[in-house]
Amino acid sequence: MVLLKIKFPFQKRVRLAQGLWLLSWVAMFSGAITFAMGVFLKTELHRRSEVMHSMDIHIVPNLLMAVGLASVGINICAGKVCQDSLDPSRFPRWKTFLPPFFCFSVFITSLLLVAMILSFALQPSLEESLKIGLKNGIRFYKDTDTPGRCFQKETIDRLQIEFQCCGNTNYRDWFEVQWISNRYLDFTSKEVKDRVRSNVDGRYLLDGVPFSCCNPASPRPCIQYSLLDNSAHYNYEYQSEELNLYNRGCRQALVNYYMGLMNTIGPCVLFDFLLQMTILVSLRYLQTAMEGVIGQENVEIETEGYILEKGVKETLLETKEKMKKILQFAQVGDASAVTPDTQPDAEKPATA
Amino acid sequence: MAVLKVTFTKTNRDKLAQVLWVLNWVSVVTGVTLFSLGLFLKVEIVKRRELMSKEIVSVPNMLICVGLTACAINFLGGKICYDCVDTTKFLRWKLLMLPYIICTFFFTFCILVGALMCYSMRNDLEESLFLGLRDAMRYYKDTDMPGRCYIKRTMDMLQMQFQCCGNGGYRDWFHIQWISNRYLDMTDSEVVERLRSNVEGKYLIDGVPFSCCGLHSLRPCIQHQITNNSAHYNYDYRKEELNLNRRGCRQALLEHYTQIMQSIGLIVLIIWLFEVSVLTGVRYLQTAMENVLRLGDPDSESDGWLLENSIADTARYNFNIIKNLGKCYQVDDDPNIDVPSSSLQAQENVPVKQIPVAR
Repeated sequence: MVLLKIKFPFQKRVRLAQGLWLLSWVAMFSGAITFAMGVFLKTELHRRSEVMHSMDIHIVPNLLMAVGLASVGINICAGKVCQDSLDPSRFPRWKTFLPPFFCFSVFITSLLLVAMILSFALQPSLEESLKIGLKNGIRFYKDTDTPGRCFQKETIDRLQIEFQCCGNTNYRDWFEVQWISNRYLDFTSKEVKDRVRSNVDGRYLLDGVPFSCCNPASPRPCIQYSLLDNSAHYNYEYQSEELNLYNRGCRQALVNYYMGLMNTIGPCVLFDFLLQMTILVSLRYLQTAMEGVIGQENVEIETEGYILEKGVKETLLETKEKMKKILQFAQVGDASAVTPDTQPDAEKPATA
Repeated sequence: MAVLKVTFTKTNRDKLAQVLWVLNWVSVVTGVTLFSLGLFLKVEIVKRRELMSKEIVSVPNMLICVGLTACAINFLGGKICYDCVDTTKFLRWKLLMLPYIICTFFFTFCILVGALMCYSMRNDLEESLFLGLRDAMRYYKDTDMPGRCYIKRTMDMLQMQFQCCGNGGYRDWFHIQWISNRYLDMTDSEVVERLRSNVEGKYLIDGVPFSCCGLHSLRPCIQHQITNNSAHYNYDYRKEELNLNRRGCRQALLEHYTQIMQSIGLIVLIIWLFEVSVLTGVRYLQTAMENVLRLGDPDSESDGWLLENSIADTARYNFNIIKNLGKCYQVDDDPNIDVPSSSLQAQENVPVKQIPVAR
């Protein structure tokens, strides 16, 4: 019971080979584009790696890059096979190569689907990674004199300006952290002493934010300090003030940005996947159709092409048997390596 | 005594025609490049129109026109060179070729002028930026006036993007009132004192907007009471360098535009050299084809040159033509005027005819 049989007269075979050769060139470019998109995504993730705690999400661009490169190689092979299939004398040399080639190609192409699924599945992981990374960034904002942390201030400032965001979830995250270093605090001043004493950890907490949270679209000059104190500023009410600072949290801004990137890349990857599968299916038909021609004198006869010679279950059973035989050979090989030792022992008692 | 004479065999002429056909199409592409460079420059200038007192329109418009004209001229040149392989087809273009070459020669001057304009735009731009930024800073506080409400945002984005502050430096902000009266408590004694302390009643402070804050500073930004050392702990404004952006925005924008224009100027110069070489090739092809027609045999060798006589002779000849053009409406050549001829030869050759008299 052959799976999806199609009859191929000579002209149809020739046209299939030619069309497939052209399509393999298109798929090669598509694979190169997938590789380029993987590189782009990786560089974008790497640029903000200072505010990310874990590198789990990097598996998506890594997969895209690997599959892109592999598919370029696969399509070059497919093109060569198509060229040789037009010449029946050259085709037989591909006979042993093609079945493992198909298994490998189907596996590689399915990795594209895996990458797409992972890009959605890893969103919570990305969010968690950003949450921890940003929390650390905000905590170490003041440590511009500690080696290893001295660039956190600039990183966080640039991030907030570029993504038009403030803090982790919102601007109030800055109220819970001491972001002004002790080097710039006058400990003889009453105000500083009061604030430091007012909390358990002895930190200088205030209801103020760094300048990078300021929104340029605000009609009034930026208010960064005493944000919750309406009387500190003329004609100011913090409950109704919306444009003074950025309302968005940086975690949300970054997650949206990366999801946007992956949603743009998604359709291109899907297109590449469909194109690659079409090529593999057509190549399988071409291979099985050409196998009917090998050994015949008249090369222009009509042959049949199919995907699987037997049904799916029977093919799986056959493959299992083949695997068992290969393993048995390996075991027998071990056994025959052992027997030369045991045989003299068996002979000795006989001779003795 | 021709200028730079080169002898062309039939195959040489054919190859020259084919090469020039390809080069003319390449020139069409460079014409498109010129057009897009002009468009890019125009977009860059329009983006910051609010910060310039008068928009510099001459240079980008020049580049756009020159680019479009280059496309048209080289398209025609490509057609002509394609037909030059065949002497019969060349006859179609024979009369048009010399005017075409002269037009293209003057056109290449326009390309050179375009390139030089790119380099000379700097002074105009500096003046325009100085006045534009001064006005933008003055209207910074007017976020409630229609027509000026976006200047604050533009100025803040500019200072953050280019990491600059003020016109020439951060002190420019000390001389203008950048906090609107809407946000000043007029009952507060400090505000009243400041307003009284200057002639025009402006609220001037030694502070700058938040967008002047430097990203590389080690300490949180100090934007108010900048010149007052005692207002901040461990602070000396004379030694502090990273707190605010030191560069003036005029300088920053000038450098930005100068860089763009220098790159564009260089590309236009290269395109100019390319156009001149294509023009030289077309001139050689034209003279070679004309000489072939003069000799009569399409397969023979012919000479090609830039000018038939030396430069001085050609200049004199053309000057005479221009002089005589001016004389065509004068009466000297009127055959009805009886001019006594001075030469003896003329007298001998005058036929004496009797006019029959009617009886």
